Amino acid sequence: MSTTDIEQELTTEQQAVVDAVNAAAAATTAEMSDQEKYGVQFDHGLAWVNFPVGDGGLGVSTSLREFAADQMTKAGLQPPPRGSNTIGFGMAAPTIVAYGNEEQRAVLRKIYTLETIFCQLFSEPGAGSDLAAVATRAVRNEDGYLINGQKVWTSSAHNADMAILVARTDTEVPKHQGLSYFLLDMHAPGVEVRGLRQITGEAEFNEVFLTDVQIPAGYMLGEPGQGWKISNTTLNNERVAIGGGNPREGGMIAQVAKTWRDNPEYRDPLLHDELVRLWVEVEASRMMSERLSQKLAAGQPGPEGSGAKLAFATNNQLLSGLEIALSGVDGLRYDTYEMRRPVEHSMTGRIPGYRYLRAKGNSIEGGTSEIIRNIIAERVLGLPGEHRVDKDVAFKDLPK
Amino acid sequence: MTDIDLLPSEIEEDLRDSIRSLLESKSDSAFVASLYDDPDTDTSALDAAWAEELGLAALLVPEELDGAGATISEAAVVSEEIGRAVAPVRFFSSAVVATTLAVRLGATELVERLAAGEAFAAVACPATSATLDSGVTVVESGEDAVVNGTVPGVIEAAGADELIVVSGSGDDTIVASVAAADAKAEAFLTLDQSRRLADVTFADAPARVLGRGAQAADAVRAATVIGRTILAAEQYGVAQRSFDLALDYIKERRQFGRTIGSYQAIKHRMADLWLAVSQAGAAVTYAARVASAWQAGEETIEEAELCSLVAGSYASTVAVNAAEEALQMHGGNGMTWEFPLHLYLKRAKADELILGHAAAQRRQLAPLIDITLD
Ligand SMILES: Cc1cc2nc3c(=O)[nH]c(=O)nc-3n(C[C@H](O)[C@H](O)[C@H](O)COP(=O)(O)OP(=O)(O)OC[C@H]3O[C@@H](n4cnc5c(N)ncnc54)[C@H](O)[C@@H]3O)c2cc1C
Repeated sequence: MSTTDIEQELTTEQQAVVDAVNAAAAATTAEMSDQEKYGVQFDHGLAWVNFPVGDGGLGVSTSLREFAADQMTKAGLQPPPRGSNTIGFGMAAPTIVAYGNEEQRAVLRKIYTLETIFCQLFSEPGAGSDLAAVATRAVRNEDGYLINGQKVWTSSAHNADMAILVARTDTEVPKHQGLSYFLLDMHAPGVEVRGLRQITGEAEFNEVFLTDVQIPAGYMLGEPGQGWKISNTTLNNERVAIGGGNPREGGMIAQVAKTWRDNPEYRDPLLHDELVRLWVEVEASRMMSERLSQKLAAGQPGPEGSGAKLAFATNNQLLSGLEIALSGVDGLRYDTYEMRRPVEHSMTGRIPGYRYLRAKGNSIEGGTSEIIRNIIAERVLGLPGEHRVDKDVAFKDLPK
Repeated sequence: MTDIDLLPSEIEEDLRDSIRSLLESKSDSAFVASLYDDPDTDTSALDAAWAEELGLAALLVPEELDGAGATISEAAVVSEEIGRAVAPVRFFSSAVVATTLAVRLGATELVERLAAGEAFAAVACPATSATLDSGVTVVESGEDAVVNGTVPGVIEAAGADELIVVSGSGDDTIVASVAAADAKAEAFLTLDQSRRLADVTFADAPARVLGRGAQAADAVRAATVIGRTILAAEQYGVAQRSFDLALDYIKERRQFGRTIGSYQAIKHRMADLWLAVSQAGAAVTYAARVASAWQAGEETIEEAELCSLVAGSYASTVAVNAAEEALQMHGGNGMTWEFPLHLYLKRAKADELILGHAAAQRRQLAPLIDITLD
């Protein structure tokens, strides 16, 4: 496209971004460590431009994030690789900025500089889709809260310094009302992380055992009992973070298109149509995410963001399955089933077989596709809720 | 990439309101259904209303030629509303495709008549063709030409005042116009009677040459890209309205003591459909905005063409799917003449083939995204 030959007038918000980029570029020197450079970007409001001033933002529209990223690239400012702190960037930061007090918000800078890696301690063996059923207890004591329970499928817990945690502070009320939301130090005594081997061979997620873990009172986000509401902020952000944000032919479709281009010997007219069809599908879903982010120019993502996550899961699975067929016998080669605990993971890295297996998780992690469809049907389309037998029963009286 | 704003503008929303209320009053579903019983139902009041009173015939005509000089995004909004109402109006064939050809070829006199809503034109190519090529013989002598041949299934040829003929490709392209009186257009009963087709025969028909060579080829390409974009918008309108009808219905209809919209099997299908329809809407808006940017000289035709193929191939499938799902969720009522679902399904299925079906459009898209078969 031809932005270069067209003089465009900048809006006030765009100008604010440009000014911040220039100031950050001027304050950055070659001698600085990466962490220091990220710190400069944060201090100039370039970490997430839509956040308030002081929290790493400029208080401008969310839709300017891409503009800011472009401007930073042009000015030679390298942002941190988000993949090494996915949960910090995608889930913890937006929740903390929405609900955290001043002291808690101090962690935002460390998320951005990658000093504090986050994980998400939500799911439990008995509380997956039914997240409000979490049984991990948080009991008030003199020093704050004492945590006991077990979490499961916790991505990156083995690398994490902090966690966002949902735990039960009250068992006398129905399940949605007795939850509270905490920040947890993953290095605290009583936190034990065990790798859980996955279908791909590696252990990207973990079991986390919490035994008499003491956390200070100041680590609760919001008020006691607000845990469900705050979790929903996290989950809505999670779905947008998973679903959106690729350029045209970015992500999985880029991989599969490349496989097609590199392997003329496996081309077939029907697979060709399937590939182009999926290319179009991904493009349409990209446009929808783009429109949604323009609509949500300010504020928090709502349930519509779930659409992008649903599309992402379906498309990734179809594409990664197609790629195996486009690769001939190489599609059946696997690189390693060795049990490893990756520090950073990439959906599209490695080989077709890995992508195929890993993509199966896309319709489970961050809310299963069935749960997402319920959310769309109920919260976007206004259809009646599912029959809930446990809605008005005190948590302690529920059959376990 | 130019930043493409995907949110509606105020002008577009005003336009939407006025066309929606016009179609609600002049072209409700009972009126559209009557075209199936009597193809000769009088549509002149509706024609006068959209083309002249609302001035939509002049929408895409530049201001220098006394037109409204609107953007393709605005025309897409109109088309979306036409789809929502399955309205039997010649907007796509005459005000978009034929008018674009006439404007681009500087056929001022024809443009003026079309813009005023005094005359309607149709491009004589088979409805299902991916190009505008008429496949007839055009023998030219200077400004005049003689046309021979038959074109099957031409959109809205019956009742048109001018038939535009396209022949050849590249530097051999000729675009000529034949007065309706000099050709024979035989309308046939069409799957979708809200947009009738006719077989057109030219027997030594005298024609005026509107353009030739590279300029004509460019005009044909522009009309195809714009036409496909506008058609996709109509398909999105059909899809969205089908979806809305289904959603309203399943919230009311009760079986086994509860609304059928409370069953998860139905809810999940609606969630999937909502996603597909929303994505179609986004792809259509994007294509229309890119086409507008191209018209304004801020974007390339290649990008506009690519986006039109994405929107066209996607929206055509979604529209059929939405109409089929809506019909199914209406149960027995969906099969009746009384409910408007049949109008939407017929329009969606016919639209699916216009300017090439989805697979043909994907085949055209493939080289533009460097995913080729050989
Ligand atoms: C790769 C990966 C990474 C993950 N990372 C994290 C993490 O970092 N932190 C974390 O907290 N969790 C994480 N999870 C856990 C994830 O959020 C849960 O697995 C998920 O919410 C589903 O819960 P479940 O596994 O208990 O399945 P279940 O809830 O037991 O569901 C089983 C099946 O039943 C269906 N089902 C359940 N309820 C309904 C219903 N009401 N209607 C229709 N169908 C229904 C589901 O859709 C699914 O198909 C991760 C999961 C994966 C796969």
